Amino acid sequence: MTEPRQPDDTQKGMSRRNFMKNTGLLAGGLVGGSLFGGLLTNQLQKPGAPTNTEKEDNHLLEARTFFSNAEDFLILSAATERLFPKDDLGPGAIELGVPYFIDRQLAGEWGMNAKEYMKGPFLQTGAADPYENQEEMTQDRGPNAETQVPTPAFRYQTPMTRGDIFTEGVHALEQTAQEKFETNFRNLEPEQQDEILQMFDEGKGKVNGVASTTFFNLLLQTTIEGAYADPVYGGNRNMEGWRMKEFPGPRMSYTADIEKEDFIVMKPESLRNYQGH
Amino acid sequence: MAKKLKKVDVVVVGSGWAGGVVSAELAKAGYQVVTLERGKKQDRRDYIGVKDELRYTNRYEMMQNLSPETITSRVNIEDTALPVRTRAEMMAGTDLGGGSVHWAGATYRWRPIDFELRSKTIERYGKEKIPEGMTIQDWGITYDEMEPYYDKWEKTAGISGEPDPLGDKRSNDYPNPPMLASPAVKLFKETTKKMGYHPYQVASGNLSQAYTNPDGEKLNACMFCSYCTMYGCDFTAKSDPLATVIPTARKTGNCEIRTNSLVRRVLHKDGKATGVLFTDTRTGIEYEQPADVVVLGAFSFTNNRLLMLSKIGTQYDPTTRKGTIGRNFNGQFNITFLGARGYFEKKKFNFYMGAGALGGAMSDFAGDNFDHSNLDFINGGGIEMRQYGDAAISSNHVPRGTPKWGPEFKKNSIHYANRSLVVWYTPAVMSWWHNYVDLDPTYKDEYGDPLLRITNRYTDQDRNIAKFGIEKCSEIMKEMGADIIDEDEVPEEFDHIYSGGHYAGGIIMGADPETSAVNNYLQMWEMDNLFVVGGSAFPQFGGHHPTSTIGALAYRAAEGVEKYLKEGGPLVEAKQATLNA
Repeated sequence: MTEPRQPDDTQKGMSRRNFMKNTGLLAGGLVGGSLFGGLLTNQLQKPGAPTNTEKEDNHLLEARTFFSNAEDFLILSAATERLFPKDDLGPGAIELGVPYFIDRQLAGEWGMNAKEYMKGPFLQTGAADPYENQEEMTQDRGPNAETQVPTPAFRYQTPMTRGDIFTEGVHALEQTAQEKFETNFRNLEPEQQDEILQMFDEGKGKVNGVASTTFFNLLLQTTIEGAYADPVYGGNRNMEGWRMKEFPGPRMSYTADIEKEDFIVMKPESLRNYQGH
Repeated sequence: MAKKLKKVDVVVVGSGWAGGVVSAELAKAGYQVVTLERGKKQDRRDYIGVKDELRYTNRYEMMQNLSPETITSRVNIEDTALPVRTRAEMMAGTDLGGGSVHWAGATYRWRPIDFELRSKTIERYGKEKIPEGMTIQDWGITYDEMEPYYDKWEKTAGISGEPDPLGDKRSNDYPNPPMLASPAVKLFKETTKKMGYHPYQVASGNLSQAYTNPDGEKLNACMFCSYCTMYGCDFTAKSDPLATVIPTARKTGNCEIRTNSLVRRVLHKDGKATGVLFTDTRTGIEYEQPADVVVLGAFSFTNNRLLMLSKIGTQYDPTTRKGTIGRNFNGQFNITFLGARGYFEKKKFNFYMGAGALGGAMSDFAGDNFDHSNLDFINGGGIEMRQYGDAAISSNHVPRGTPKWGPEFKKNSIHYANRSLVVWYTPAVMSWWHNYVDLDPTYKDEYGDPLLRITNRYTDQDRNIAKFGIEKCSEIMKEMGADIIDEDEVPEEFDHIYSGGHYAGGIIMGADPETSAVNNYLQMWEMDNLFVVGGSAFPQFGGHHPTSTIGALAYRAAEGVEKYLKEGGPLVEAKQATLNA
């Protein structure tokens, strides 16, 4: 067990930017730019290739284990970056490792629907569609709503696993790009990519087996999760997602601070720090 | 052929607050008890160092694996029900300690009117206040009779709280003072007080100080780490069965707790339960556990399904409105917990800190604390502001109108991560002739047994009470100083998302065997050595969180089982047709 960690008083009242500068964490932003550029122009360059600013990162873990086709992974990467783009607040999905996060989620029990009821008969008709198309944020409700990621409602009524849905969904993004703009999805202008993603969000895309909303909602959910889950899952690289939000990561105790009026910024710590390995 | 085990006095199905309390009490009284839990063994050490939002909150680590078994769901009695396939759509706890391990800790007693809802409503507002088809009924027990059991459970759990100024008679204060109040909790309490309401701190199963309960179990003071609801506590600072009744049961030497033991049938002969049939989920080996008394203290869905699969009692039929098993399905989910979310430009809260039940509440619009003469609904609910402590995935709320992805979403979600809070209403939920449970005709579990089918739709009562609550919450949020207020929308119809675990009814309590399955000792009218304990006994849902009522009912049932073991026979005399006049 680790000792309770108290906030570092020297960080209080500092702006986020100063805080990041002082802790040497702005460097990641520069890497990401070149990385994203590399994805667009040169598919031989390995996404997430280690650079000297990422020495402490577990970059050996950054390889595809779900998407067998590199092109599919690049389409996915480009889509996640549009959902969670790099901006002056900090890194976007690619730089945060979100595509690797999603790849690993899909390779595991969640992607394989290991704990979901997958027995038939499956009703892929109008009875299931209305739920998939609902815009409302279901997870805003319920006694545990505060602890849930707000995601659009859906009712899962397909024999496809989440992994299958992503594979079909990514192919559908590419197919749509070819039909609409006669080029690869990942080579489109960001506005054109947004236009296609918007179609999928509104249920107007065509994905084999499911409503395009079903795929889009999973894509959006996992992109947000990948930006903010513990780095052990492959996203939130260097805890940059947490830093943007001033989220400190797991701590043992806040007893000394729970009554304090001022907002307290703490240097983030990961599960690895917390478990004390 | 099932392997037959040695007969015991009592076999208990389930190890949450319901099964756990009953097991501990009977073991303490010297009876030989076997407690069967479908999930795995766990203890506090399983939660040390795993404060992992993705795993527990987003991937539902502590919830039942739905792959072997789930429920099916439909809105109308003529619809085809579809399976609820993912844990994002339905969560129910599992493993040793059950759903009582991942609970938040919010503790409320239900009100006198909740237990006598039909008769008190008629008494105050007349018979016509209850619409045709609303099947609310009295519990066959009053608040005053329940009070000692509430008191007992609160002491076992070490509940930390202050009195509700509009609360009911109590024999004792909570055993521990309320938790420290965060600035957000203070803001809620000060604001509502200024508005003329009667706020108080939510009573919590998160302990405010170190405590030893009457059974000698030691609990620690909560440290506000925020990994609370959806998690097990790594510090024994959230009261749960793992910290209290399970060790209490074990140390008597009279209780054997078997995990990975999935009960599939209650065995019975000539109107008496003879034991249960269960499967060890690790080996597939079937066992028969004979017992003098069988107690079903599992999750409400499991209690219902086991009776139906075992062909005990008469299945409720909505077309004739007769039969008691599966009657009055109800619960606090989906259309409940609506309110208003406020976004603050000038305030920034430490919302990454918190505890499951850290919060402020008020009962001004609970029960019958306000006049319903000109209102188009029955009963009421608490208003709450909670600070669970949000980790980074859940703190992504954005004002309405913000796109749900892209640059503006990113900007707003980061800006408001520590600037938004919710005030919500926790309304009571009425029961109706058309909301019930039975076995699904199509979908099966891994053993080929039918799944439980839920038929549930909304009524004007649900929509009206929700609308009322949203307005009140929005007014409070305005006074709290929010710059942007987003009111929740009232859904038109049930969308089959079973969020939060508060599903109840089906094996309900009452005084009349025509309209209830169990008496006020939770003893089956039709099988006097079978007791069915838990949320399944609620004839309708009260206007606050349910856990302490389940704990209190479990103490009541334990007393009943002991009485039965000594005296035998029905413990309560049936009253015929007195409540459905």
